[in-house]
Amino acid sequence: MRLLTHNMLSSNIKGVANGFPLRIEVEKVVEKQVDFNADFLKNMFAKIEWKALVDASRSMGYSELPGDANPSMLDSDDFLQKFHHALLELHLEEGALVCPETGRKFPVNKGIPNMLLHEDEV
Amino acid sequence: MWYLCVFYHRLLDYRKPEVESLAELFGAFKDTDNTNPPKNSLEWKLPQHHHPDSPFHFVNLPSEEIARNVASRSILVKGIYELWGEGSSYEELELAIKCCPDEHKLPYLTPGSTFKIIVDCFGKVISSKEQNDRIQGLAYIPFKGQVNLRNPDHKFWLMETDDYGSNNGLPPIVQKRIFFGREIGAADRKLLPTYQLKSRTYLGPTAMDAEIAFLMANQAQASPGKLVYDPFVGTGSILISAAHFGAITMGADIDIRVVRDGRGPNCNVWSNFKQYGLPMPISLLRADNNLPPWRSGLKEMFDAIICDPPYGVRAGGRKSGGRKLLKGVVGPYTIPDDKRTDHIPSTAAYSLAECVHDLLDLAARMLVMGGRLVYFYPVLREEDSIDTNFPEHPCFKLVAACEQILSFRYSRVLLTMVKIAPYTEEIAEAAMIQHLEFKENHLKWLEDGNLHSGVFSPADLLNGTGDTKPSKESKPKYRGKYV
Repeated sequence: MRLLTHNMLSSNIKGVANGFPLRIEVEKVVEKQVDFNADFLKNMFAKIEWKALVDASRSMGYSELPGDANPSMLDSDDFLQKFHHALLELHLEEGALVCPETGRKFPVNKGIPNMLLHEDEV
Repeated sequence: MWYLCVFYHRLLDYRKPEVESLAELFGAFKDTDNTNPPKNSLEWKLPQHHHPDSPFHFVNLPSEEIARNVASRSILVKGIYELWGEGSSYEELELAIKCCPDEHKLPYLTPGSTFKIIVDCFGKVISSKEQNDRIQGLAYIPFKGQVNLRNPDHKFWLMETDDYGSNNGLPPIVQKRIFFGREIGAADRKLLPTYQLKSRTYLGPTAMDAEIAFLMANQAQASPGKLVYDPFVGTGSILISAAHFGAITMGADIDIRVVRDGRGPNCNVWSNFKQYGLPMPISLLRADNNLPPWRSGLKEMFDAIICDPPYGVRAGGRKSGGRKLLKGVVGPYTIPDDKRTDHIPSTAAYSLAECVHDLLDLAARMLVMGGRLVYFYPVLREEDSIDTNFPEHPCFKLVAACEQILSFRYSRVLLTMVKIAPYTEEIAEAAMIQHLEFKENHLKWLEDGNLHSGVFSPADLLNGTGDTKPSKESKPKYRGKYV
């Protein structure tokens, strides 16, 4: 599971006011190379929650991202490379995503998060 | 400029919409600030005496470059040609070609170039000798280059259409019509044997046929840099075609075995992408489209959503909630803590109506403005007409509906919808109300929204009066809309 995905997900258990962002419990992190595409990154920048991305990348062991970011930084190739790495190349292979309010764990196995809710969470 | 566009004679409903979508993708409708109102569809004409189902059409495209791009990316365009002449007889054709201005012809007849002439009769096979005779008959055209049959710079086509009394099922062409033109571009049909399902590593019962998957990707205008999502990804057959055209792909499925495990470490969604050397999807997840895991405030992420939702005929859809719970057979229950970690939630049947409602809601929210939703919608074939009301949504405009007949009883229609209005609070609220209504009336929707019985029940249940097979005669004899 990449951090781009993590940035989109929340715990939508019944009764939870804000299930985003999910806390990451790391068991196994893998780095996978992905082709760099500047246009795609610039496009995505506007749509993601920056703070959640920074915190998530730190929990995966990558601390190169600046705590704050604004669109003008997209002109810097150095920034884009770091953004690219954090967003697309860090991969949670095994672990869990934890709901910030209830502590319920959504398992991540073989890189695939299981976001299905149980019968009593619906 | 008008070009002759010749289609492969199959999947008739898909032909023009594919060209229209690709034309838009390659910029055919830009620079229309001078025209009022803005153009967003192409002009088409039929050759004299031809029926709309005929493979031969004239289309107006802004430039040769756009024509070439459209043709080469398409699946159903046999060729787009710059017409040098047409006529009802070879004499008329010769006159027409001689009248065609030299500036058009001479650049392609130069001594340094190579060329090939192909003779094609639609609906009839002609012998090599006859083909040669026709080629010799074109000696009045001053070809100065060398013939190269393998890989020529320029390909010229001599096409004849006539009523040969053959049974291709089209209404007969009243009068012979002959065309001669220079090929601008043609579909790369080699994609089909390359990607055919027969040789695919990981298949499922409803994996999308390669040809149709490419048509879907073309309807969605998948291209490099675009993010494409399939909420019913299964084995990834639709994402494969989008990835082939350079799009970045993402998928979800409620069945975790299909998406995470496959049939083994070398037989899963990832190995399918590896088989073709395509970039892997950036994300696969297990999620229920009925209760999606998106954070609130997330919207306008995807450039296209392409999918084949479960119709409930060969593969039933599922949603969360516990089937006994929703049917009211058991009261609400909690999973005991010690059983929680490996608990596999019970899923309930998901009617087509609710599935489509959720899909439209997802697309309305998650597509960028101008983004495309391309999906199959099943319809029962009754009395010849698909006078069906296709699903509608205030955020979308339907731009194409392409029918593919699957059996005597039902077909599926590929719907292409473009997002034209933003997802507002009101729309979100209305969707939530509808969602709760589906939940309250779970049993009712199971019956009403059920296509399975319409397709599989014995004939006499359908025709109340007991007339067996009344409408078989009235259905068209030719296979035009079958694959």
